[in-house]
Amino acid sequence: MIKIDLNLFVTLSEYLPENSDCFEIPEDTTVEKLMNDLGVPKDIVKLIFINGQRKEISYQLKNEDRVGIFPPVGGG
Amino acid sequence: MDKILRIDVGSQGGPKAVETGLGDYEGLGGRAMTSGIISKEVPPLCHPLGADNKLVIAPGMLSGSAAAMSGRLSVGCKSPLTGGIKESNSGGQGAQVLARLGYAAIVLEGKPSNDTLYKVVINHDGVKIEADNSLKMLGNYDLVDKIKDTYGEKFCSISIGPAGEMKLSAATIAITDMEQRPTRHAGRGGVGAVMGSKGIKAIILDDTGCKMRKPKDPEAFKAANKEFVAGIKKHPVSGEGLPAFGTNVLTNVLNEAGGYPTRNFSSGQFEGAGKISGETLAELETSRGGKATHGCHTGCIIKCSGTFHDKDGNYLTKQPEYETIWAHGGNCCIDDLDAIAMLDRLDDDFGIDTIEMGATIGVAMEAGLAEFGDAEAAINFVKQVGEGTPLGRILGNGAEVTGKVFGVERIPVVKGQAMPAYDPRAVQGIGVTYATTTQGADHTAGYAVATNILGVGGNVDALKPEGQIELSRNLQIATAAIDATGMCLFIAFPILDQPETFQALVDLLNGFHGLSLTADDVSALGKSILTKEREFNAGAGFTSKHDRLPEYFKNEKLAPHGVTFTVSDEELDQVFNW
Ligand code: SF4
Repeated sequence: MIKIDLNLFVTLSEYLPENSDCFEIPEDTTVEKLMNDLGVPKDIVKLIFINGQRKEISYQLKNEDRVGIFPPVGGG
Repeated sequence: MDKILRIDVGSQGGPKAVETGLGDYEGLGGRAMTSGIISKEVPPLCHPLGADNKLVIAPGMLSGSAAAMSGRLSVGCKSPLTGGIKESNSGGQGAQVLARLGYAAIVLEGKPSNDTLYKVVINHDGVKIEADNSLKMLGNYDLVDKIKDTYGEKFCSISIGPAGEMKLSAATIAITDMEQRPTRHAGRGGVGAVMGSKGIKAIILDDTGCKMRKPKDPEAFKAANKEFVAGIKKHPVSGEGLPAFGTNVLTNVLNEAGGYPTRNFSSGQFEGAGKISGETLAELETSRGGKATHGCHTGCIIKCSGTFHDKDGNYLTKQPEYETIWAHGGNCCIDDLDAIAMLDRLDDDFGIDTIEMGATIGVAMEAGLAEFGDAEAAINFVKQVGEGTPLGRILGNGAEVTGKVFGVERIPVVKGQAMPAYDPRAVQGIGVTYATTTQGADHTAGYAVATNILGVGGNVDALKPEGQIELSRNLQIATAAIDATGMCLFIAFPILDQPETFQALVDLLNGFHGLSLTADDVSALGKSILTKEREFNAGAGFTSKHDRLPEYFKNEKLAPHGVTFTVSDEELDQVFNW
């Protein structure tokens, strides 16, 4: 198992599990799999930041990754 | 919209109003109108507060019509903050009302012979200008209340607070919203100081008895508007995100991306971001009886704004924008929404640009005038600006002046204007816009954040220099054109992603004005505006050396990415090489 700091924002926050800042997942888990396991509908996942960098949904999570996921958002 | 109102404030016996036809300015609106008049009539080397500068207030090409989102107002002049040309854009009712009254522009010109303060009243019956020294040094909120006593509940006012009267370079022009609150501001570049230099405290507009502007081709216009509205509604950003959480939804996004300028641009992440995020704000607002969804003008269907109530449930201010919350919040390490909302209220009341003021306080904190995170000190600073104490006048002249006075090296400005809420090292595309726009550091001039961070209009890696020049160039051209239409810039989210919504915008222009513009013509309009602005700036002494970020962005690494700004000077010089 590895641990990640998981952050789900805006409308995704309702899917946030307990202990999200130190969330245990199996090695080899992709963001897509994680979203699936948490029941987050894939079509509302738009922005994936891993340690501050934009990544694809196929990204394979690593130990101690800081994960930030958003639905489509904008402002300015 | 077939006339221009010119008010010569230097006439003997007080300001005189003259109405003229459109002449050379036929068909122009918004930024095309303001930059058109300024570049043609204002000598670039004039003093911004002198007789030769002009203040131009212009609704957009579609303002006052039934087109959704069309009520943005452009305010132009030579900027006392940057020394270059300025177009400052605002919501509120001003554009809709002014357009329905038939004016394509109001131009304030000349120099008053004494310090009498005037108000201009414009309605269906014409224009009246009256001396009213009882308005002196009133805040925008008290001013509007006083105007209500005389002119009732239907007017829209365009006014300055004490900062404008004191001709401070961070002074704004306030425009009332649908509830007659002075919450919308032509904020950037010190346009309020220019209005103050003309001795005009308020322009009071009442369009009672005036009709909505009629399109030349009603059928085509109606069909285009329907398509345009549908496009806005179906895009997730303009249809869902902005209405529900407002622009401040970006706090968490920029913080996650490591591009949230913290502690006067010394780090890219703020520990307290969650406490001042859009999600937290929306919840707080609704729990106190305020609104998390609210439009700033008639015809807005995105409604990115809201109302903020204090702890006792009383109205305090409108929902502060992302940039305001960043400027007074993360940039100063303040994580208290009540304090930030109070700062927003004070800024609006005194008539000060929230971005410039927050950036200035960040610089003042770095200088040691207060500790980072000291909200009480920040509130006291803004109050001093309103009172016009010597320190307040320094702060009210912006980040660059304040940094110089207190010997700070890290001053986040371009062309004298403070950077907004995106660090150019971690969002390199917006760095290109900050550096090269005619306006001084301004995110709205070419919002590369959309494509660097938000995945709108494609994807360009935010941390690398590749692709940023082209991105900023195209956005600057498109933005100049949108600013001419009177449309709110937030239509950019759907029109960047949905070709049919962009086409609907072109069709709206064609249906309304009986034209047959193509997408290329819209792009040509944007280029012509930028060209005029650049010519003005060149005449004012600007060279390519001014199209640069401050040195420290190239030398100081920004955490957490450890990046510097790496777009080269040679590349920056290619932005306007289209
Ligand atoms: S989307 Fe926001 S800024 Fe734009 S017109 Fe509506 S309320 Fe004003």
